[in-house]
Amino acid sequence: MTQTDLPADLQSRGHDWASPRARANVARRRRSETVLRVVGLGAILLAFLMLGILLWTLISQGSLAFRQTHITLNVPVAAEHVDPADPAKGNYRRVIAAAMSETFPEADTTEQRALSKILSNQAQFVVRDKVVADPGLIGNEVRIRVPVSDPYDQLAKGQVDTTSAAETRRLSDVEIANFRALEEQGLISKPLNWALVTANDSRFPELAGLKGAIVGSAYALLICFLISFPLGIGAAIYLEEFAPRNRLSDVIEVNINNLAAVPSIVFGLLALAVFLGWFGMPRGAPFVGGLTLALMTLPTIIIAARNALKAVPPSIREAALGVGASKQQVVFGHVLPLAMPGILTGTIIGLAQALGETAPLLLIGMNAFVTSTPATPFDASTALPTQIFIWADSPERGFTSRTSAAILVLLGFLVMMNALAIFLRNRFERRW
Amino acid sequence: MMNVMTRTEAEVGAGEQIKVEARDVNVFYGDKQAIRDVSVDILDRTVTAFIGPSGCGKSTFLRCINRMNDTIDSSRVSGLITLDGQDIYARDLDPVQLRARVGMVFQKPNPFPKSIYDNVAYGPRIHGLVRDKAETDAVVERALRDAALWDEVRDRLQEPGTSLSGGQQQRLCIARAVATQPEVLLMDEPCSALDPIATAQVEELIDALRQEFSVVIVTHSMQQAARVSQKTAFFHLGNLVEFGDTDDIFTRPKDPRTESYISGRIG
Ligand SMILES: Nc1ncnc2c1ncn2[C@@H]1O[C@H](COP(=O)(O)OP(=O)(O)OP(=O)(O)O)[C@@H](O)[C@H]1O
Ligand SMILES: [Mg+2]
Repeated sequence: MTQTDLPADLQSRGHDWASPRARANVARRRRSETVLRVVGLGAILLAFLMLGILLWTLISQGSLAFRQTHITLNVPVAAEHVDPADPAKGNYRRVIAAAMSETFPEADTTEQRALSKILSNQAQFVVRDKVVADPGLIGNEVRIRVPVSDPYDQLAKGQVDTTSAAETRRLSDVEIANFRALEEQGLISKPLNWALVTANDSRFPELAGLKGAIVGSAYALLICFLISFPLGIGAAIYLEEFAPRNRLSDVIEVNINNLAAVPSIVFGLLALAVFLGWFGMPRGAPFVGGLTLALMTLPTIIIAARNALKAVPPSIREAALGVGASKQQVVFGHVLPLAMPGILTGTIIGLAQALGETAPLLLIGMNAFVTSTPATPFDASTALPTQIFIWADSPERGFTSRTSAAILVLLGFLVMMNALAIFLRNRFERRW
Repeated sequence: MMNVMTRTEAEVGAGEQIKVEARDVNVFYGDKQAIRDVSVDILDRTVTAFIGPSGCGKSTFLRCINRMNDTIDSSRVSGLITLDGQDIYARDLDPVQLRARVGMVFQKPNPFPKSIYDNVAYGPRIHGLVRDKAETDAVVERALRDAALWDEVRDRLQEPGTSLSGGQQQRLCIARAVATQPEVLLMDEPCSALDPIATAQVEELIDALRQEFSVVIVTHSMQQAARVSQKTAFFHLGNLVEFGDTDDIFTRPKDPRTESYISGRIG
C-alpha cells in the first residue's frame, strides 16, 4: 500500500544511500563534527596558552629568587670591638665595617659606611653567633658567607640598569664600582636560596623566607582536616544513609549546597565575630585559621562524600541486607569502604582549596608581620597565601621576585595534593 | 508438552507443615498498588515456584517475606505474613535477624567486591555462627559445595568474587545465602544468567536444599518451575490467580489466565 503524503523518494522502502540527499546528510554531519572538534581543541589550546603565560611570568620572575647573592668575607674580630669577657655584647657593626675597610683600604669614612651596606644586616649577627660559640676567635679572623643586601642582590642579578641616570637608581656609580670590585675578587657567589623555605619572614628581602608561613599553613590545614573530615563524613553518612527523607532533610540539603557557594570572606567575618569576638581566641593563630577553613571545607567534603556514598551500587547494599547485615554493618562494612576513594579525593580537593584561601585568613589576622616559626597552632603566624599577600604589598624589588617564588611554592604544594588525590583514587578504586 | 516430574508419596508427606503464611497481603509503591490481597501458604521443606508475566509483582511479593521492601522508602505493606506462626511485621520482630533466617538470592548476581572466601564467610561471621578460622573454612567449603562452585574456585578462594563469570557469581551468591543456614531461601530468577549446565547444577542444589530448607523460587521458565517445584503460584497484575500443586497447575489449570500463560499466550 502506498501512503500518498510521503515524498516521492521515500515511496519505495529501500533507501538509496548514494543519493544526493543521503550524501548531503553525511557531509552535514561530518561538518558539524569537525566544527565541534575544532572548537573544543581551540578551547583547550587557549586554556593551555593562559596557563603557559601564567607559569612563564611566575617562573621568569620567581626564578630570580631561587638564587641569592652571597658575599664571602674574612672578618677580623679585634679585641677593641669585642670584650672577651662578654662576647655577646660586642660592637659587631664596627667589626663588619673594619672588615670592609680592610677590603677597600683607600676608602674614606663616608664611603666605608656605604660599604657596610653591601652586606645584609644579618652579617653582624652571624659573626656574633660564631664568636659567642667560640670566644677563642677574638683576635683572629672569622670567615663568613652572608647574603648581600637587596639593592646589590638586584645588581648582581642584572636587574639594575647601570646606564640610566644615577638619581633614578638606588645605587650610585661609586657603589656599583665597589660591588664590581668585590665580584672581581671572586668574593660574590649566587648559591641556591634555601633560605626561601628555611628562613622566617624578615623586613629585609634578602633574608625573608617562607618557613613560618609553611608551618602556619600546615597547622591550619591539619586543624581543618581533623575537624572537617570526621564531621563531613559523619554528616554525609547520616544524611545519605540514616536521615528520613522529609521537608527538614530537604532544607538541610539545600542549605549545605548553598554553603559551598558562600564567598569565603563571609566565613572570615563569621570567624572574626565568633571565634575572636565571642570566644576570645588569639588573633592570627593557625588554630583559628584551621577552624575557619574547616567551616569552608565542610560543605565541600559533605557533598563529595554524599556523592561517593550515592555512587555505591544499591545491589551491594541489598546483598548485605539480604544476608542479615544491620544498617550499620552495611554502611561501615560495605558502603563506606567502597565510597572511600571518592571521599578522599573530595577531601583533598577541599583541602587544596583551603590551602589557597586568603580572604578569611586576612580577616582573622593571619597577615601579621611575624618573624618566628609558630611552635604550636596557637602562636600567631602567617599562612602561605597571606604571606604572598604581604610580600606582594612590599615595595622592595627583592620582594617582587620572592612573591612569584612564593606563589610557585604554593602551586607546588597544590600540585602535590592533587597528585595525591589522583594516586589515592587509582590506588583504592575498586571494581564491582 | 510439559515435562512434569511425579513425586513419591514420601516427598509429599515431608512438607505438609506451613512455614510461611501470607494473608491478604497488599503492597503499594507510593499510590501504585503492586500486590492485591495475596494469600498463600509456603510449606516447610518444599519448593514453591512463583510464575507470572513480567511486572506482575513476583519480586515484590518475594521481598515481603524477608522484609526487603522496608528498604524502599515509597513501599508500604499491609496484611499478615507469619514465619512459623510469628508475625514478621510485628513491632518487636527484628528485621535483621529475620533476614538471617530468610535468605535471599537476587535476580542479578551481586557479590561483594571482596574475596570469594570473604563473600561466603560474611554471613556466618556477622551472625556469630563460626568461632574460629577452622570453623569458617569448613562452613565456606560446605556452602561452596552446596552451590556447586567448590571445584571451580577451591584454588582461588582469595581472588575477588567479582572476577568470576556471571554464572559463577550467581552460584557464589547462592553459596553466600546458604552459608547462614536460612530456614527459608528466596531465589529471584537465580538462573536467568546461567547456561544450561549451571542451571541444571542450581536445580540440583535446590532439590538438595529442600531436604533442610523451604525454597521459594521466581522463574520465567515453565520447564524449570515444573522440574524443581512442588507448589506453584501464578501471579497476574498483582493478583495471585492460582496456587496449588505444580502438577495440577501445569496439567489442569483452573483459571483461563493460568492456562493461557503456561501455554505461552500471555506473558
Ligand atoms: N522500587 C519500586 N518503586 C516503584 N514501583 C516499583 C518498584 N519495584 C517494582 N515496582 C512496580 O511494581 C510492579 C511489580 O514489580 P516486580 O518487580 O515485583 O515485578 P516482577 O514480577 O518481579 O517482574 P519481572 O519478572 O520483570 O522481574 C511493577 O509494576 C513495577 O513497576
Ligand atoms: Mg522480578
